[in-house]
Amino acid sequence: MNPAASLARLWGIALKELVQLSRDRLTFGMIVGIPIMQLLLFGFAINSDPKHLPTAIQVQDNSVFTRTFIRSLENTGYFQIVQQVSSEAQANQLLAEGEVQFVVNIPPDFSRQLVRGERPIILLEADATDPAATSNALASLLTVGQSVLNRDLTGSLAKLRPSDAPFEVRVHRRYNAEGITQYNIVPGLMGVILTMTMVLMTGLAMTRERERGTFENLLATPAKPLEVMAGKIVPYIMIGLVQMTLILLAARFIFAVPFQGSLLLLYAVSLLFIAANLSLGMTFSTIARNQLQAMQMTFFFFLPSILLSGFMFPFRGMPGWAQVIGNGLPLTHFLRLVRGILLKGNDLVEIWPHVWPIMLFMTVIVALGAKFYKRTLD
Amino acid sequence: MTLAIDVRGLNKHFGDKHVVQDLSLQVKQGEIFGFLGPNGSGKTTSIRMLCGLLTPDSGAGQCLGYDVIRETAAIKRHVGYMTQRFSLWEDLTIRENLDFIARMYGMKNRKQAVNAVLVKLGLDERRNQLAGALSGGWKQRLALAACMMHEPQLLLLDEPTAGVDPKARREFWDEIHQLAAQGISVLVSTHYMDEAERCHKLAYIARGKLLITGSAEEVIASQRLTAWEVSGAELQGLAEQLRHLPAVEQVTAFGSRLHVIGGDAALLEAALEPFRQLPGYQWQKIEAGLEDVFISLMERQNDQQEVV
Ligand SMILES: Nc1ncnc2c1ncn2[C@@H]1O[C@H](COP(=O)(O)OP(=O)(O)OP(=O)(O)O)[C@@H](O)[C@H]1O
Ligand SMILES: [Mg+2]
Repeated sequence: MNPAASLARLWGIALKELVQLSRDRLTFGMIVGIPIMQLLLFGFAINSDPKHLPTAIQVQDNSVFTRTFIRSLENTGYFQIVQQVSSEAQANQLLAEGEVQFVVNIPPDFSRQLVRGERPIILLEADATDPAATSNALASLLTVGQSVLNRDLTGSLAKLRPSDAPFEVRVHRRYNAEGITQYNIVPGLMGVILTMTMVLMTGLAMTRERERGTFENLLATPAKPLEVMAGKIVPYIMIGLVQMTLILLAARFIFAVPFQGSLLLLYAVSLLFIAANLSLGMTFSTIARNQLQAMQMTFFFFLPSILLSGFMFPFRGMPGWAQVIGNGLPLTHFLRLVRGILLKGNDLVEIWPHVWPIMLFMTVIVALGAKFYKRTLD
Repeated sequence: MTLAIDVRGLNKHFGDKHVVQDLSLQVKQGEIFGFLGPNGSGKTTSIRMLCGLLTPDSGAGQCLGYDVIRETAAIKRHVGYMTQRFSLWEDLTIRENLDFIARMYGMKNRKQAVNAVLVKLGLDERRNQLAGALSGGWKQRLALAACMMHEPQLLLLDEPTAGVDPKARREFWDEIHQLAAQGISVLVSTHYMDEAERCHKLAYIARGKLLITGSAEEVIASQRLTAWEVSGAELQGLAEQLRHLPAVEQVTAFGSRLHVIGGDAALLEAALEPFRQLPGYQWQKIEAGLEDVFISLMERQNDQQEVV
């Protein structure tokens, strides 16, 4: 096998695909139209009420008041203490990696200040990238503050039992301080749009050849399966990057989404995500008998992607089985990557836990695609 | 003498349909080999097995010395296959199609080769027209040019001249003969008898079985058909009567003449005797043609099928 000849054929196929694409007005319109339409449609938020959100606590004052506060926090149903942390740095890292949604910080002299009636401050840091996921939990905090310590404030302390809470919970929204839903939705849309268009377009690429009978001609030439597959993927990688740039421009200039992290890193992980989706489309394309089947497969994949990835509903609000499925989908990880990089300014080390699952997904899919690629007309 | 195609015992099933049965075929280098048979008899399927587009269920053999099962990649490089149905890209222009094919074969002087083909076809002025906008016959000629561009050693042509006008057909066959003279082998399927007659050798396949191979003369001789030609007025009524005779296999009208064919010369002559006495008709014994032979083959097969 001659690599230069292989590359030349791959390029020939990519060129052909580009020319055909440029003559296909409808598809071309879709490439620009779908992102714009979805951006407009999803400009508004979709709310829900997730519970048992993972919470870390940093306790610097171990007293009966602290324990009661924490217990009642858990009793709201919204908070689930998963970890004790001992330093600010550790807390920050957990938030940045998305391990926890909240960090509760009880200050060192909480009890002393409370008893003196100085209204101590409990700091609650929230990962507010997805405002829908945190808003109800934060609302429930108000009632906690008002009633929780009444039982413990007895005897001479009873006078501290006012209508006003004896302490203050100060919420610190991280990453998306104003709780603007577009900050969350718009980066998410990038993943959704890429998933839909990339899988669909390559899904049709092979079946179109088969339906029109041109596959027979392609098969009769010396072009090898891998050359054909790769040649057909290349133009769509370019298209994916164009779409992504369109959405990023809209995010920046229409929705004013903050760009905290490295744009280069964002493009790098997007390239991986695009390639994963294209491989999936290619694999669908090799299995489907006609364009309709390829389309059905795409939607079969697209629905769970949009519903279970944390795009429509906050991931942590979903039942366990749904989270398991969600974790197998590249979109789930891509959403976290985009939000992490754009809103939190994550670096490669921080996002790695969501990079390898996409790589794994792609490896499995490419292997399947190569296995199912029909080298003959049988 | 080298064989361009040498396969034995090829079988192919689609589901439980046995589409090609024990096909054995030898095509010499430089030979034009005609592949004939009724619709659905397995010609296309056989050709696809020869160039590696379908895997035979059983059987073995070689194309240009390469194994038809294991060395399909090498076969594809040296064979030019023209599909029965137009299978170039209708949304590419004529030039883009040729250019793409040239790239797939890794041709070195791609641009010149494409230009040469365009000029030769007389399509140079329409090079930027979409292939889908060509008429049926022109599509056919483009496809033919495309599969010959990389100078293959063996051409597998599946009904290459269907829908092509007589002059272009004649030019095509002249070119095929030139190529054959240069040592290129050609396997061509066709339903046209005049084309069959221009082949060095013929094979007739029906219901997946190869029934006869040989030159046109050998094929005709093998069937021992006797043919009579009648001319005269009011042939329609006569034809109707002749068709009912057991000794008569075919009655075909050609303008103001009828061809009457039978398998047994003596029986036919006896059966026709009373009709030859009728006034106003001229009877004449003639040679049976290829077409008569093939139609008789098809009908005999149908009869067999009905008995089974
Ligand atoms: N992909 C396929 N799947 C199922 N059956 C098939 C397939 N391809 C061909 N057949 C069947 O195999 C038989 C032979 O078909 P084939 O195309 O080889 O005939 P042919 O001799 O080329 O006919 P024609 O003269 O009409 O081109 C037909 O009965 C056809 O229905
Ligand atoms: Mg055919």
